[in-house]
Amino acid sequence: MSLIVEGLTVEIDGTRVVDGVSFEVPSGGRVGIIGESGSGKSLTALAIMGLLPDGAVARGSIRWEGRELVGLSERERAPIRGREMAMIFQEPQTALNPIRRVGAQIVEAARIHHGLRGHRAAQLATELARDVGLPSPETIVSAYPHQLSGGQRQRVGIAAALAGQPSLIVADEPTTALDVTVQKGILDLLAGLVAGRDASLLFITHDLAVLAQIATHALVLDSGSVVESGEVDRLLSAPEHPVTRGLLRDAKATLWRPEGSS
Amino acid sequence: MLRYAATRILFLALGLLVASALIFWALRILPGDVAQMIAGTEGTPAQVERIRADLGLDRPLAVQYAEWIGGVFTGDLGTSMLTGASVAAQLAAKAQVTIPLGAFSLLIALAFALPLGVVSAVRHRSRTGAAIGVVSQLLAAVPVVWAGLMLVVLFAVVLGWLPAQGFPRTGWQNPADAIRALILPSITIGIVEGAMLMRFVRSATLQALGEDFVRTGAAKGLTRTQSLVRHGLPAVGLSVITVLGIQIAGIIVGAVVIEQVFTLPGIGRMLVTDVGARDLTMVQGELLVLTGFVLVTGFVVDLAHHAIDPRQREHR
Amino acid sequence: MSALARLWRIPLGRSALIVVAVIAATALVSLFWTPFDPRRADAYSAWAPPGWPHLLGTDGTGRDILSLIMAGARITVTVAIGAGLVATVIGVALAALGALTARPVRESVAVFVDILIAFPVLLIAMMIAAVWGGSLWVVIWSVGVGYGVNIARVARIELRRVNRADFVLAAQASGLTRSQILTRHLLPNAAPVFIVQLSWSMAAAVLAEAGLSYLGFGAPVTQPSWGLLLSEVQDYITVHPTSVLWPGIAITLTVLALNLLGDALREATDPTLSRGRRAQTHTPEVIA
Repeated sequence: MSLIVEGLTVEIDGTRVVDGVSFEVPSGGRVGIIGESGSGKSLTALAIMGLLPDGAVARGSIRWEGRELVGLSERERAPIRGREMAMIFQEPQTALNPIRRVGAQIVEAARIHHGLRGHRAAQLATELARDVGLPSPETIVSAYPHQLSGGQRQRVGIAAALAGQPSLIVADEPTTALDVTVQKGILDLLAGLVAGRDASLLFITHDLAVLAQIATHALVLDSGSVVESGEVDRLLSAPEHPVTRGLLRDAKATLWRPEGSS
Repeated sequence: MLRYAATRILFLALGLLVASALIFWALRILPGDVAQMIAGTEGTPAQVERIRADLGLDRPLAVQYAEWIGGVFTGDLGTSMLTGASVAAQLAAKAQVTIPLGAFSLLIALAFALPLGVVSAVRHRSRTGAAIGVVSQLLAAVPVVWAGLMLVVLFAVVLGWLPAQGFPRTGWQNPADAIRALILPSITIGIVEGAMLMRFVRSATLQALGEDFVRTGAAKGLTRTQSLVRHGLPAVGLSVITVLGIQIAGIIVGAVVIEQVFTLPGIGRMLVTDVGARDLTMVQGELLVLTGFVLVTGFVVDLAHHAIDPRQREHR
Repeated sequence: MSALARLWRIPLGRSALIVVAVIAATALVSLFWTPFDPRRADAYSAWAPPGWPHLLGTDGTGRDILSLIMAGARITVTVAIGAGLVATVIGVALAALGALTARPVRESVAVFVDILIAFPVLLIAMMIAAVWGGSLWVVIWSVGVGYGVNIARVARIELRRVNRADFVLAAQASGLTRSQILTRHLLPNAAPVFIVQLSWSMAAAVLAEAGLSYLGFGAPVTQPSWGLLLSEVQDYITVHPTSVLWPGIAITLTVLALNLLGDALREATDPTLSRGRRAQTHTPEVIA
């Protein structure tokens, strides 16, 4: 269950936005990618999932379970998504289909890959809703996204990512759009779920304080390239690159806020 | 939902009322005098007065309006000032041409616009997408008159496959002939109307393609195309319903012109003739029916949209 | 960079602008010169095919088609500008009313606009024509009113949006009156939207004039409207099928250019358009 990325580059309309990124997510590992906006971290995640936007081209090597993913067709790629690796997105508001009930959206991956239907699907929906801590799981699965709060929607997103029983979860800034009071709950939930299911986690964020709570190793991106990497503890205590130091400064500002801090 | 329906019905009633008032009053601000016209140049003032009294034109406008509106509810739209024929009966007779024409046109427009719109959006970076875009821009700029004439030249004059004009005098007794007469007209309206609709569908699909939840679908294991179909197209369908009202209004308008081009004895052609002849009761009846149809369509579309979109159903 | 310069850089915008300019120039030139007098009927040259000296041929009464088309451009330009102006004035007035006045006025204007929008322009035109007879004024006013309400709806949203901006707050704080704010801040900032709508409205006006003149409710028979030309050659379509080509091409070209101009103007004036959205185009309301 390992992900090995080597020399990944992503070009959009001729501009290189991810340049020579290499890292590894070992089985059961929790790796973070951190950087400012525009550093290419989301695109790296999307490249791994095979969800790059139209016009973006990925080159280099992404090996999942020994299998090379770069260069695969959409048909070959789709079966891996949701089943072996799943993604949690940043904006729970827009990541959910507004005209479908959340229960159906939670189990969609199971429906696609395991053919789950009807009663068993409903059961799984309720189960997962409970696992992610949604209130009144039996009834909330019939709700529509606009009836839920931001935090609840993100829990739906997490539940949906788990439905296919993936071995790798890619989380793209899952707490950034949420209120600080809600963030910690989501992070704890995520950490617990990943550990409980023996899955690996690739966590993307711009906030070092958040990273510190969930990842053991991390790489720092700046303008598409890796400027520093290593254990999170070391990055926090002895950052070398100016970008890392800057991120640490920002994080300390939030860490030492008297109330409601992560 | 019920509350929403009630509001919309209120709006519909208001709209119809305003429409009828506008139509009635606008038509009465006449420089000329209908009674005089009927009496002719030799008519004596006494004759003109008698005609005016006969037609009820000497009563206050408000009374005439009330009488007309009252008649609408019983299905009596008055009688033609010039021929004495029942307005309602005439409309019913001509409707057998206009309604099928409109229906076929709508179907053709949808069949043309939906697939092409989606394809041109999905392939908007490729040459296919660009080509479809160009074609639709062109078709949307073509006046429906000219489109009809060109199709007549091609299919009736040059190829001789279809009739250039007219509608069987026996009406729908021979369905095959009736349909043959309506093919070219419907295609004309359908394609021009469809070009407009196509650009809208393209726009809506492009928006759907960029939606995050379509990407989420792909993240769960659908291919991007599958996700677009499963998650994106329903959203597109919803917005198409929104513009359906406008489309139908456009088809009605197109029918008025096309019935003239193809000499079809429909409501549109009758309207054109009656406007030229200043037959007020006919014109006001025709305009009311046509405008009313547009308003009712808009109402139905609103309700459908509201019923389908779960975001609208709760009162927030 | 000014909007015009930005417009010039968009290839379609450039072409559209050139075509529109050519048509306007043709209309102007036709006031002074056309190859032949468009009203001159010459029975001997009736139905001449394209060639010399009649570059586009002649019609049933021997009139030179090229001259007719050139003179027809005058009507097209007049109607487009006239209807465009009427639509803009009505649109701006209604939008300003709808966006800036007290709640009850605002609501009733909005309702009024929404009801009017449902009225197809052609039917409005027929209604006016039934009363006053057909004329170019009928076309100008009906399209003006019909599209004016459309512009009003779009513009109202835009004005509301601009109204919320901080610099408007600052202007209010410094004591400007409502109307001063309107003329000095709101309208100029909402102007790009108006200009784009104007272009599309003019395209619709050209289509409307063609349809209405064809039906006999637009240009009088004495004037060489392109729509009127179509109705005149229709009777001979079986014998001279190519005669329908030229007026139709002229109309289509004009409408196409105005529509594309509107699209390009939108792209040039909206700095927030993303790449994907740029591919989205406007779908104008339908005029026959």
